[in-house]
Amino acid sequence: MKALRHLLSMDDLDRDDIDYLLDLTQRYVEVSERKIPRIPALRGKTVALVFYEDSTRTRISFATAASRLSADALGFDVKRSSANKGESLRDTIETISAMGIHGIVLRHFGAGAPWRVREWTDASVINGGDGRNQHPTQSLADLFTARRHLGELDGKRVAIVGDVKNSRVARSNAIGFAKMGAEVVFVAPQTLLPASLEGWPVSATHNLDEVVEEIDVCYLLRMQLERQHDAPVPTLREFHHEFGLTAARADRLKDGALIMHPGPMNRDVEIAGEVADRPNAVITEQVANGVAVRMAVLFVLIGSRLDLVEEGSLADQESAVA
Amino acid sequence: MSTLALRGGTVVDAQGSRRADVVVGDEGTILAVGSGLTADHELDAGDCIVAPGLVDLHVHLRQPGNEEAETIDTGARAAALGGFTAVVAMPNTDPAMDSVSVISEVRALGESAICDVVPSAAISVGRRGEALAPMAELVRAGVRIFTDDGAGVQDDKLMRTALDYASSLGHLCPGETIVLAQHCEVESLSKGGYMHEGSWSSWLGIPGQPSEAEELMVMRDIALCRLTGARVHFQHMSTAGSISMIRAAKAAGLPVTAEAATHHFSLTDACCQSYDPVYKVHPPLRTDADVEAVRAGLADGTIDAIATDHAPHTSKSKQQTFADAPPGMLGLETAFAVANTYLDMPVDSLLGAMSWRPAAIAGLNGAHGGPIEEGSMANLAVIDPDAAWTVSAAELASRSSNTPYEGMALRGRVRHTIYQGEAVVIDGVAQR
Repeated sequence: MKALRHLLSMDDLDRDDIDYLLDLTQRYVEVSERKIPRIPALRGKTVALVFYEDSTRTRISFATAASRLSADALGFDVKRSSANKGESLRDTIETISAMGIHGIVLRHFGAGAPWRVREWTDASVINGGDGRNQHPTQSLADLFTARRHLGELDGKRVAIVGDVKNSRVARSNAIGFAKMGAEVVFVAPQTLLPASLEGWPVSATHNLDEVVEEIDVCYLLRMQLERQHDAPVPTLREFHHEFGLTAARADRLKDGALIMHPGPMNRDVEIAGEVADRPNAVITEQVANGVAVRMAVLFVLIGSRLDLVEEGSLADQESAVA
Repeated sequence: MSTLALRGGTVVDAQGSRRADVVVGDEGTILAVGSGLTADHELDAGDCIVAPGLVDLHVHLRQPGNEEAETIDTGARAAALGGFTAVVAMPNTDPAMDSVSVISEVRALGESAICDVVPSAAISVGRRGEALAPMAELVRAGVRIFTDDGAGVQDDKLMRTALDYASSLGHLCPGETIVLAQHCEVESLSKGGYMHEGSWSSWLGIPGQPSEAEELMVMRDIALCRLTGARVHFQHMSTAGSISMIRAAKAAGLPVTAEAATHHFSLTDACCQSYDPVYKVHPPLRTDADVEAVRAGLADGTIDAIATDHAPHTSKSKQQTFADAPPGMLGLETAFAVANTYLDMPVDSLLGAMSWRPAAIAGLNGAHGGPIEEGSMANLAVIDPDAAWTVSAAELASRSSNTPYEGMALRGRVRHTIYQGEAVVIDGVAQR
């Protein structure tokens, strides 16, 4: 694949890149199944997990991935600081970078934060989720999971359902699935769709019933439950009934269609509690694959950077991949 | 008395244009306009336009309260370098300019500045939109422009009251006009939005604010203008819809005026794709169609004036994410060049929008905006309209460096600025 310094958006990757990363992920799934799931691919490398926003699963997933590659993962929890008080984002990043780290995984509540950060560091920047914008490693894990069950994704139909507007997972997956040749449709009331879909490789509908029988993937998004005063739907009960994957709708999915969710789930809001436990729901598998996909991303970004490779060690690293 | 001749230029003012030398005296007036004039000192105005000094209806000088970003002294220097001899200072200082004491402080600080610093005052106490500021006291103290700029007056009734009250104060300033200037933004629609809502905001994942957040308040204030008969000035009009409403209001004979900010006819929301908050501004950068509408509004006079909305912010405050950084961009030192580069308007129309029309809106005619004739105040800008230059934030006089034009090639540069008969800028260099 092409040399990749940072991973900020699914738009940074072309289909070949994604295929390469997913193939590498398959090898790391096998590593993860070993008795001692650790290889020395990133020995001596340090990854900073810089989290401006709470996250349990993404953070643990990256930390586990780094550890399985023998890299050191250091956590930096940064409390939200207002624009004119405390340290600027630039100062924080420059301070962390001065410690000699090789990768920064950034989770930030502000869209575009990793685009700013990459200007202020020599480390490789991985977007671990920025506001409502992008979450590329989640998307790669989802593509891997879907491909594993469905085979090549060309021509497959994927519905991304629910709070599309506020979802970085929806944005990354819309691009990711489309690049893999799938047809993507957003399903949501207008209040939960982006203002414009100009330039997006997707269509949109307000009616889940219209598409439920034709899709190969029903991808449900976490509904934001807070902020009732300007809530986008009158009640969550109504949302569940109109836009959620109820048991009745799940029954209408075609055989082999996958039910996916990035977690954490609101049972009985976007997805009926019982439906989440059906055999075609691959939600926990998405989580497991998240570790392997993040190993692949860390290796490709940091392990293959020639400026970080010591003489003679490239071959070691290549052999360490397998 | 010492005299100064501006030799070899083309004088352009509201009366027209003619080749003439201009001699000013250091007591502050124009002594002579004609050919072959000499004086104690001379400045070359060859290839240049000699115009009435530019007037900016909309600047943020940050003093008192945010002197790390700008001071009245540094902001006035930036203004003079941009050819401005008068700037209207917005009241969103800390404390807000909502009382005679703060207005007096700003005036006092402006005494030694190298352009005329004209304070506006807040419409409401603390710009909070709850209770009227002491408008009569402020008018008695010389204030003619009221605005809560940065925050539009959200409450319909309070705005109606402010307009009715303002129209009752004419006897305090006979022959002059009190104008209420509005930053049009319905906050319940714009809240949480950091750029223009549209295809770019959707693609970039940056929450947007729709054009309608501006347009609904334009619509309301046109209605309130009709109701009260009071003078309303619309600040930094940025959408095609706003401009067509202003055009209709003017055609209906309502006493409204409007300004456009330089960035709204030169930049679009596509700039935000870098996620660099140097492009974050309120109202936000809009679409190509809106930019075209602003240009058309300037060309047909719907928009009376070009303003800068000069809004300095420290580097630190802009070294954040798009959401966290404060809105605003520099404008004073690039304004003429941006207008000259991006607008297809004859130079006398351009100068009208940057000098004599804003001077009239601010009630500054007589002191600023010409005409250039014997006995007039010697507030002048000498501008080379063909000079090419490249913007470098490091070379700007502002304390801040948040220019969106960094590295861009522009055409037209201020050579000299004469303020009260004194050459405060000579060959592009501030003299104090």
